[in-house]
Amino acid sequence: MTALESPSTTATVRLAADGVRLGYGDKVVVADLDLQLTDGSFTAIVGPNGCGKSTLLRALGRLLRPTAGSVLLDGRAITSTPTKEVAKVLGLLPQTPLAPEGLTVADLVARGRHPHQSWLRQWSSDDEAVVTEALTWTDMVELADSPVDALSGGQRQRAWISMALAQGTDLLLLDEPTTYLDLAHQVDVLELVGRLHTERGRTVVVVLHDLNLAARYAQRLVAMKDGVLIASGTPAEVLTEQLLAEVFELEARVVPDPVTGTPMVVPVRRLR
Amino acid sequence: MTAVAPTRAPAARPDPRRTLRVGGFSATYRRRQLVVPLLVLVVLVLAAAVSLGRGDYPISVLDVLRVLVGAGDDTQQFIVLGLRAPRIAVAVLVGTALGISGALIQTFARNPLASPDILGVTGGAAVGAVAVIVLGGTTTASRLLGGLGLPAAALAGGLLMALLVFGLAWNQGLDGYRLVLVGIGLSAMALAVVRYLLTRSTIQDAAVANVWITGSLNGRGWDQALPLALALLVLLPVSLALSRVLGALQFGDDTARGLGVRVPLAQAVTVVVAVALAAFAVSAAGPVQFVALVVPQIAVRLTGGSRPPLLAAGLLGALLVVASDLVARTVLPETFPVGVVTSVVGAPYLLWLLVRGRRRTTL
Repeated sequence: MTALESPSTTATVRLAADGVRLGYGDKVVVADLDLQLTDGSFTAIVGPNGCGKSTLLRALGRLLRPTAGSVLLDGRAITSTPTKEVAKVLGLLPQTPLAPEGLTVADLVARGRHPHQSWLRQWSSDDEAVVTEALTWTDMVELADSPVDALSGGQRQRAWISMALAQGTDLLLLDEPTTYLDLAHQVDVLELVGRLHTERGRTVVVVLHDLNLAARYAQRLVAMKDGVLIASGTPAEVLTEQLLAEVFELEARVVPDPVTGTPMVVPVRRLR
Repeated sequence: MTAVAPTRAPAARPDPRRTLRVGGFSATYRRRQLVVPLLVLVVLVLAAAVSLGRGDYPISVLDVLRVLVGAGDDTQQFIVLGLRAPRIAVAVLVGTALGISGALIQTFARNPLASPDILGVTGGAAVGAVAVIVLGGTTTASRLLGGLGLPAAALAGGLLMALLVFGLAWNQGLDGYRLVLVGIGLSAMALAVVRYLLTRSTIQDAAVANVWITGSLNGRGWDQALPLALALLVLLPVSLALSRVLGALQFGDDTARGLGVRVPLAQAVTVVVAVALAAFAVSAAGPVQFVALVVPQIAVRLTGGSRPPLLAAGLLGALLVVASDLVARTVLPETFPVGVVTSVVGAPYLLWLLVRGRRRTTL
């Protein structure tokens, strides 16, 4: 593997994978991977199905313990940090989060305050203010009393992002937040995530399938294939015709996005 | 993605979350979460009073209530407190324990059809109890068991079986689905052992064993009530303390971990408490059918919200067992085991839940 990793110059590293090997049972999915995520960055992890990008995100969110190496949150091994401490700094949104039947949006968002609460202090005025603000900011106030299972896919994703916002973490990991959404709602959700980054200063890591949307919203792309980090850098650096052939086995043209100027992939055909 | 086609009507009566803040303590509640348990408690007291008054020497509800607050004449006091109260106390305690146990298991498994039965508690307890009844004092092993007494054998059987289910299902944490499947497998094996013991038994022993397997309050008194009361004294506060974590746990393991819950620990404590509650209840009155399965689902429909409320489930469980016992003793022949009545109420409800099964079920 060539040293494509381009460590940023001055910004502090918040979250890092240090030689992590990940797998399930005997199967190794990600082999000895290094990755550094700096404060205030917006990173999208891309790659073909089964390349290990979701597995990597799970490890970054301490849902999966590496079999070798370690994940460092603010320089400290995440697996040896109390999980409640981690939950105050790092929030995560699983790919298909499960909301119990009958739960309202307000209840869901309120649950984001869990790491800040104790048995004695179950609902402080702080909690209330933060939840109200999160609902307002994600434009979910009117739906606050609706059951989550009665929402459309796009609304539901907004509700979950609202919960992540209420958790009040500096870092936010999202696993394919646009799955099952139509294009308009994909854009809507990514706009919201983008605003979390620009307006709220969140450090965001997102696993995405859509390369054009990834290039448009993320500052940095990380491309993976077969559990190996192939390229990392700005969208323009990563999304080259050569890389698309190598990583996605796709012959494609890369043209400037007419709206944002970011690289846009126009597929030609599958290679092989 | 879960299949979602909920034709659920939007919350008909808005019941907004209210905030309670006293000193350093703060919590939220909804009105129905307070009103429903209180109403159930009132009905429970009335049902218990009616039950305490029925028998060969009928006493009016008012007189029973008078006795309960310390008044009434000596005869009434003796009959109500001395003769009838122990049985009703066992009914209340068994129902409470089973209701809370069911609520814990269903929240943990995220499955409205889960109950302590699938954790092997019932099957193991049945093996222990039937072994004592059938083998009597014929072998050294059973003499040892018999020395412990039937409730102790049932308790030991239930806990051992649950431990086995737990051990086989544990895989770097507990998966609700895996636990259910292991529980069903081992329960089937326990049933086979029970059947084997029954075929080897005399007809008298088989009849006694059969009543025990159904769940009965006949002949139950303070000897059964006391251990169960002590167990509840410890396990009830633990259950209520778990409530906050259960609120996060119901979202699925990943989200719960993301919220800072130590998922394997929380799951283990939840299951252990639920198993212990069920095992003590079963050892006192036998596996009273369907209480743990049905009551949490009734409770959640009465209070609203997204998971079975523990306190309301406990009170409703007590009400179901007391009321079923009342029916068994007054409408039906005296010896009818209470488990038959709870089944008659429970089975149709289970079917109704299954028919409505197009609603999301995680299993």
